[in-house]
Amino acid sequence: MPEHIVPPKVYVGIFLSLMVLTAATVAAAYVNLGPFNIVIALAIASVKATLVVLFFMHARYSPGRTHMVIIAAVFWLAIMLALTLSDYVTRDRDVTVNAQITGMLGT
Amino acid sequence: MHRTGELYGQFETLEQQKESAALGMWIFLSTEVLFFGGLFMTYTLNRHYYGTAFGVGSNTLDLKLGGANTIILILSSLTMAMSVWASHVGKRKQTTAFLVATLVLGTAFLGIKVIEYKQKFDHHLVPGYHFQIDYRAQHPAPNDDPKEIEAEKEELSKAFAKDPDLNAHAQLYFSLYFGMTGLHALHMIIGAGMLVWLIRQSIIGRFTTTYNTPVEMIGLYWHFVDIVWIYLFPLLYLIDRHR
Repeated sequence: MPEHIVPPKVYVGIFLSLMVLTAATVAAAYVNLGPFNIVIALAIASVKATLVVLFFMHARYSPGRTHMVIIAAVFWLAIMLALTLSDYVTRDRDVTVNAQITGMLGT
Repeated sequence: MHRTGELYGQFETLEQQKESAALGMWIFLSTEVLFFGGLFMTYTLNRHYYGTAFGVGSNTLDLKLGGANTIILILSSLTMAMSVWASHVGKRKQTTAFLVATLVLGTAFLGIKVIEYKQKFDHHLVPGYHFQIDYRAQHPAPNDDPKEIEAEKEELSKAFAKDPDLNAHAQLYFSLYFGMTGLHALHMIIGAGMLVWLIRQSIIGRFTTTYNTPVEMIGLYWHFVDIVWIYLFPLLYLIDRHR
């Protein structure tokens, strides 16, 4: 399989896109969108991360087994976040309240 | 392990050798995703419970320095990618030059981080006995903008009204701030060390159009560290800028 050489103009184009997205994320943070601020911030960060993975890290030109490892990494992270959060959000809110901890310690 | 030119004994072709290295590197990076993932998990939960304190903590960070660092780090990813390209097409001098540029930018990032950490020490925002979230508002420096201090005082009094335990909860924010940026900076320092080695190898002419695996693998690592910062920047600096 011949190796794919990514031309510099692709890298520069990706760099410029990343700069535009960085400016967009700062601009969006100054607008009050309530709960959607964090959604937009994470969405922009994920687009930036995807660009870096696909082009700077050559994932777009890599074999299927590399894609499998990348997808596995994201999937495992999703398992950790989703299962941990599903535990916390279905318990009483005061699971982390200091009073309970000090109560357990008997102080 | 014997080596014929650039090809190590256990491989049939240089192509296979490089693909094996790339697979190993990606597997390592997937463990790194979970390594940082634990901190992101902790961040998510604590921000969920103590949003007010996280907003106040985030607003004490210097957005100009953080933004500059974001630009510097993404630029360093560009120079790293360019050195991979230069090594692929056999431009030896350019490979070295782009690696040096990456090292300089990485060091600049760490230098700015030191300035930011110093500010946090000066403002008593390092978790521990002397932590005081309103220290700067109570003890403004002579060159601080009085309007800014006034705004900070107002923000703090509102936050204390919402969350009487603000001082304790803001320490959680700063523990995560130092923990996450600290682990990220440690990765940068390791990356800088590897860049020094790469530059040396590049100068002595170790890399050719057929053998440039180390440049590419350390490039993957460098871009991964960039991705971590791409998430850290909005999560730490931009929580509550629209006050």
